[in-house]
Amino acid sequence: MPCSPEILDALKQHCGEMPVSEFRGQTRVIAPQAKLFEVLAFLKQEQGFDFLCDITCVDYLNYRGATDRFGLAYMLVRHEEWERLIVRCMLNEPDLTVPSATPLFEGANWLEREVWDMFGIPFEGHPDLRRILMPEEFTAHPLRKDYPLQGRGERHNFPVLRRGQA
Amino acid sequence: MPLTPSSLASPEETSEQDYLWTLNFGPQHPATHTTLRIVLKLDGERVVDAVPDIGYLHSGFEKIGEHLDYNQYVTVTDRMNYISPMANNVAWHHAVETLCGIELTPRGKYIRVIISELARISDHLLSTGAMGLDTGAFTFFLYAFYQREVIYDIFETLCGARFTNSYTRVGGSMYDMTPLVIEKIRTFVKTFPATVDDMERLLNRNRIFVDRMKDVGLLTKAEALSFSASGPVARASGVPCDLRKDEPYLAYADFDFNVCCATAGDCFARYYVRMAEIRESLKIVQQAIENLPSGPANIGVDERTALPTKQQVYQTIEGTITHFELTMANRGFTVPHEEVYAAVEAPNGELGFYLAGDGSDVAYRARCRPPSYIHFGIFPHLIRGHTLSDVVAVLGSLNIIAAELDR
Repeated sequence: MPCSPEILDALKQHCGEMPVSEFRGQTRVIAPQAKLFEVLAFLKQEQGFDFLCDITCVDYLNYRGATDRFGLAYMLVRHEEWERLIVRCMLNEPDLTVPSATPLFEGANWLEREVWDMFGIPFEGHPDLRRILMPEEFTAHPLRKDYPLQGRGERHNFPVLRRGQA
Repeated sequence: MPLTPSSLASPEETSEQDYLWTLNFGPQHPATHTTLRIVLKLDGERVVDAVPDIGYLHSGFEKIGEHLDYNQYVTVTDRMNYISPMANNVAWHHAVETLCGIELTPRGKYIRVIISELARISDHLLSTGAMGLDTGAFTFFLYAFYQREVIYDIFETLCGARFTNSYTRVGGSMYDMTPLVIEKIRTFVKTFPATVDDMERLLNRNRIFVDRMKDVGLLTKAEALSFSASGPVARASGVPCDLRKDEPYLAYADFDFNVCCATAGDCFARYYVRMAEIRESLKIVQQAIENLPSGPANIGVDERTALPTKQQVYQTIEGTITHFELTMANRGFTVPHEEVYAAVEAPNGELGFYLAGDGSDVAYRARCRPPSYIHFGIFPHLIRGHTLSDVVAVLGSLNIIAAELDR
């Protein structure tokens, strides 16, 4: 179901005008990069969106009609009266840094590490921003659209660990 | 750089102590069931800190999702959670249908409800059974596994595969339910409750089991919300969220069932909620199989998404064209140039897909929100201060599936 208009009004009052769109009953708000943390904090603390369902990212490199390179998506849920809101944040190179949501939601810890690993978006203020799925030696971010499906041969260049060195 | 004890992220005062031991639990350990690795820091037998290390499978299923079309990708969802593949199939095609705006036929909805509830029963049987096995209750495990075989038989009769079902399709399913399947499900619904009674009698008041499960791995309600827990893990902590009730998808609004909750938030509560959910799922299956609507299982030819029946292909020109278009490479159906997030209540919790469609028959981005990944992130918090033998109990109660951890 779409997000109730009172919440969107309150958000507009507090954090300024933001583009809002709706598709198949899902409301999406595009927050500017500078205000992302403010928007998330307001939604959690004032509007009761206390459940961060997911954080993900889309690389719009060759998406038809796209103007921005990356789009973060925060899936927020208000669990008391079930309501969903998707907060988007559009990012462009060279400044991809966004503030970490970990102070608000502890569950953001791993989700942000995954976005960093897969897309190379650094989260400022994250307590432990390491790669989570790929090995530490890996330099690329595999879910970016300019990364080929079959990889770039990184596996052949990994150092071989012998039993003595391990 | 491989994960070493020096990179353990733990509080200052504990990581400095030189009497602490580092123990690698996994990647291959009988109690981890799959390739999970946990680096434990031990003070004697007490766990001071734990760092889960994931990413051993390299399945790359989100990248593959950008290269397979909407019907082909269902085989990949089987491998995400191989304990309950049917629920994953339903989740994936639920997301695709939400993106395309397809409304299923009543029979199609009921069929999906039945198979996802059977998948839930089968998943909970394995998870509670393994929980029992890891804490020493072997008979319980055998009881659970026998009933899983019965459910596999039902799935085999339904779609020809026991394990990797790949049953759903956009706009419906691979085959309709035959009378034989319906009969088998009816028999299962009749015979299964006796086994559940036996299983509960075996463990609910079992001294060893209760002592190992009670007050272990406590997760409070506020923590469960903050850590984004969902499914039985959240419900055992007193978060009464269930997508089947909160945003009823498919035909869940038609059925009478309860959301099972507990307030303790420990391992025993998670076991208890799962056993209660088995009974509720059984109730849903019973209602659905008795009221199974007649009519087509797949949506019609005019929507141009589901394959038409052979009769339609041979006797109508519309059927021939649709069949031809759908089976041609790079033809298929078109999806809107839009993005959507859709989730179902999988056995482990909220299983959602974030889909970005670009108009073609291949998803531009197929993000999966797997419940196990989120739950494994809570693990260090749950295990701190407990003993080494509790690692197994907590892991079992969270039901971590390694394939879901990967991307």
